[in-house]
Amino acid sequence: MAEKKKGQITRVAGPVVTAQGVSPRMYDVVFVGDLKLMGEVIKLVGDKTVIQVYEDTSGIRPGEEVVDTGAPLQVELGPGLLSSVYDGVQRPLPVLRDKQGDFVSRGVTAPGLDRQKKWKFTPTVKKGADLQGGAIIGEVPEGNIVHKVLLPADAKGKVTSISEGEFAVEDSIGELDSGHEMRLMQRWPVRHSRPYVDKLLPDIPLVTGQRVLDMLFPLAKGGTAAIPGGFGTGKTVTSQQLSKWSDAQIVVYVGCGERGNEMTEVLTSFPELEDPKTGKPLMGRTVLVANTSNMPVAAREASVYTGITVAEYYRDMGYDVSLMADSTSRWAEAMREISSRLEEMPGEEGYPAYLASRLSEFYERCGRVKTLSGETGSISVIGAVSPSGGDFSEPVTQNTLRIVKVFWALDSKLRERRHFPAINWLTSYSLYSPILEDWYVKNVAEDWNKLRLWAMETLQKESELQEIVQLVGSDALPEEQRLTLEVARMIREFFLQQSAYHPVDTYSPLKRQYDYMSAIRKFSELAKKAIALEVPLDRIASLKCRADLGKLKFEETIDQDIKTVSASMDKQFAELGV
Amino acid sequence: MVKEYHTISQIAGPLVFVEKTEPVGYGELVLIALPDGSTKRGQVLDSSDEVVVVQVFEGTGGIDKASGVKFLGETVKMPVSKDMLGRILSGSGDPLDKGPPIIPEKRLEIIGAAINPWARDNPREFIQTGISSIDGMNTLVRGQKLPIFSGSGLPHNDIALQIARQSKVVGKKEEFAVVFAAMGITSEEAQYFMQDFERTGALKRAVVFLNLADDPAIERLLTPKLALTTAEYLAFDLNMHVLVILTDITNYCEALRQIGAAREEVPARRGYPGYMYTDLASMYERAGRIKGKTGSITQFPILSMPGDDITHPIPDLTGYITEGQIVASRDLHRKGVFPPIAVERSLSRLMGQGIGPGHTREDHRAVSDQLYAAYAEGRDLRGLVAIVGKEALSERDRKFLDFADSFEDRFVRQGKDEDRTIAQTLDLGWELLSALPVDSLTKIDRKFIEKYHPTMKKK
Repeated sequence: MAEKKKGQITRVAGPVVTAQGVSPRMYDVVFVGDLKLMGEVIKLVGDKTVIQVYEDTSGIRPGEEVVDTGAPLQVELGPGLLSSVYDGVQRPLPVLRDKQGDFVSRGVTAPGLDRQKKWKFTPTVKKGADLQGGAIIGEVPEGNIVHKVLLPADAKGKVTSISEGEFAVEDSIGELDSGHEMRLMQRWPVRHSRPYVDKLLPDIPLVTGQRVLDMLFPLAKGGTAAIPGGFGTGKTVTSQQLSKWSDAQIVVYVGCGERGNEMTEVLTSFPELEDPKTGKPLMGRTVLVANTSNMPVAAREASVYTGITVAEYYRDMGYDVSLMADSTSRWAEAMREISSRLEEMPGEEGYPAYLASRLSEFYERCGRVKTLSGETGSISVIGAVSPSGGDFSEPVTQNTLRIVKVFWALDSKLRERRHFPAINWLTSYSLYSPILEDWYVKNVAEDWNKLRLWAMETLQKESELQEIVQLVGSDALPEEQRLTLEVARMIREFFLQQSAYHPVDTYSPLKRQYDYMSAIRKFSELAKKAIALEVPLDRIASLKCRADLGKLKFEETIDQDIKTVSASMDKQFAELGV
Repeated sequence: MVKEYHTISQIAGPLVFVEKTEPVGYGELVLIALPDGSTKRGQVLDSSDEVVVVQVFEGTGGIDKASGVKFLGETVKMPVSKDMLGRILSGSGDPLDKGPPIIPEKRLEIIGAAINPWARDNPREFIQTGISSIDGMNTLVRGQKLPIFSGSGLPHNDIALQIARQSKVVGKKEEFAVVFAAMGITSEEAQYFMQDFERTGALKRAVVFLNLADDPAIERLLTPKLALTTAEYLAFDLNMHVLVILTDITNYCEALRQIGAAREEVPARRGYPGYMYTDLASMYERAGRIKGKTGSITQFPILSMPGDDITHPIPDLTGYITEGQIVASRDLHRKGVFPPIAVERSLSRLMGQGIGPGHTREDHRAVSDQLYAAYAEGRDLRGLVAIVGKEALSERDRKFLDFADSFEDRFVRQGKDEDRTIAQTLDLGWELLSALPVDSLTKIDRKFIEKYHPTMKKK
């Protein structure tokens, strides 16, 4: 155990404090001043130590004490994480509220995991088992899942004792012959990724139930996606929809520099929501990290690391985890703010020169892996980016796009016409589609990929035709091209638009997405035949089956309705002579 | 006994550098005694063993190197009391109205601590402003912060005043208390506000902070903090519903940039400091509701976008913190439409929580989505008409084109004292939508069409 060392503050300038007489290591956590504010060492110059403090430093004076804890910023990992709501440095917000009231005041520490609560532990290894680091030693029921208790990565040896029963997180549950005492809880420094055996190819889709995403721009389990968008394009609603509906077992939601009221919406809506798979509350598989925009900037910088470390821990148990970071731009701005207080030489737009490497390090911590315990787990990261001025050429967006494989381009033009989710189908992309093809063929439908290409092609053609229409009006186009416009409109209005607030429309299973899009394609094919028979387009467009296709998505009986409308389509076109 | 130092080593812009002091706390309040006998106030920006940097609120004019500097050992505090209602104070909180001094019931830190997100209550009480383009399309709720993005020469003050005057929660008698913070606005503008407050009797339940255009820029950094501290006291100690109007945020940010430049900080975009986001957030985030308390703070910051540019750092960062924005439109203003609210560019992020059954009406979401979509389509067609002429349009398109016109003329336009109920607003929406073919109303559930559509209603 490193000896704790003490020193004195020599300078206070906002969240950056300089101290003397203490000789910590880089990134050690220190307590600053009489109020014992938490901070982190970010620079060592001569005998001076530069500390970034996670809390407001008003009233702190030179001469006050600085204490080194001898350890870097760590999170506590163990049962009790699920359903928790933390700030950026893993202080549980409900506990803080009990301790100090409605406002977050300073100098309060609270452990990340409840020390009193007892968990029912069932060992899965026996006395004498030879264990390597990261092995699963037992199970604890937690929230909606089974929490697998992991041996810390640096421990190994033969089990000399292990017991079943009710334990608090710090209680000893057994021992190894190496002298290591096993507990439910372990700690991990947040700025380091947790080890794994091997990275695997991301060839399974993360099913989100959002039609535009699953059908056109799928994300793989273990993949990375960016949702950029100016403010007000529905970024937050989209990421909340993903948390609610994606088929990951664990959701980690990092509200990084977000609005307080929006965080409240998450905090109040998640507990009310039911997990569609287990019927239990959604919170039972969720960890929330909430650092609102007015909470200390240094803690905001740390919050993203806190989130991903928790995600890695559940990945190591063999779970699929999805992590939303909303927003990485706020995170980057926190870096910029701290960097500028340190008077570092700035890179582009005042961001620090290490912005790109920090971003790539973060996204590299996701992926589908074979864990130390031999399980397969994944972390999919969805990072929201808020480009300043809606300008995608700014450094955070650009550096993110170089890394991520999926780009869901939110578009304010679409938002203006209330096209939600406002994901632009022309500028978005997913590099996972080819890798995922096999999966769709095996699990949904033989011609899923063809259907997808057909839809993309129709939308692409529409955008080309739109340019002509802008000049000459749609009446000047031949009937067949006008049909393309009509079908594209159906794809956009019926299929791509999806209401997050409508109880039926909010989630669309893959099979339904396939049926729905197939029905639109069927309409298109029949209409093409009708046009060849010189039936005017206006008559085709006013067929009842067309209007019905648009309305059925709000009906409880949607799956049946698609079949019915599809059947009536044949009849109605037959009446036109097809 | 507070020690007085005469060790000023440098004065630059709004900053004073003092040497050889005892340890001084960061953010501590400072009094500077000038040779002419007057005093100025300031705050510690940087404190080290060698030198203490003081930011002077009232400007450094008249300070010389022999001036005396006192460190008061505490951060800036605001004396608050119930008697502040009806009072007019300066930008640094001193009475301007010749009334008696305010006897404080409490002295509060003006740097408000962040509300614990866990303690926040979800804002979901619909505020009826009586303005259709807000109530119908960008609904406001109690505890929200909704800025008005405007430009020079646009009637944003009138919009703000109409909102302040008419805002109410349907079915409740409680009135809003108003905290008004002027930052760097002209005395003419300030008078305009004051006259309206007096005319309507709003002044009785208002606290006014005035930092005018000729007051020191640095004081502007203090004014909103004082105003919001007062608002928090009224809301969370006295359980009042408080409406805070902050105008003009652009002046505040200019002052922020001025200080940043004086401190020789590394600037971020357009010379504004890199911490502007955090600074604005610590102001805007002081809106909201708290579980178990009946009061609330609703914020209306007004900012004029330099060059009408919504991507300028000030509106841009603001938009990322506030829950939407109301954008004033120069085009509508030129057409003579009041209030000139650009519905298509405005947004209320908390709308979803404050509308629908139990709040407004069940068809609210559907009607507003449909109005949005139809208006956007009609606006697109205007571009087309400019090229091909109206004759080239199909029958359907012509109806959408006309819809866009009547939407602006009848839905958006209303009188300065016209106070529409939400039912009137929605019914007006239905009336306008009924001019469109029924099968193009794709965003509305069939059952609402059967219930509310003027000509399709089931009797």
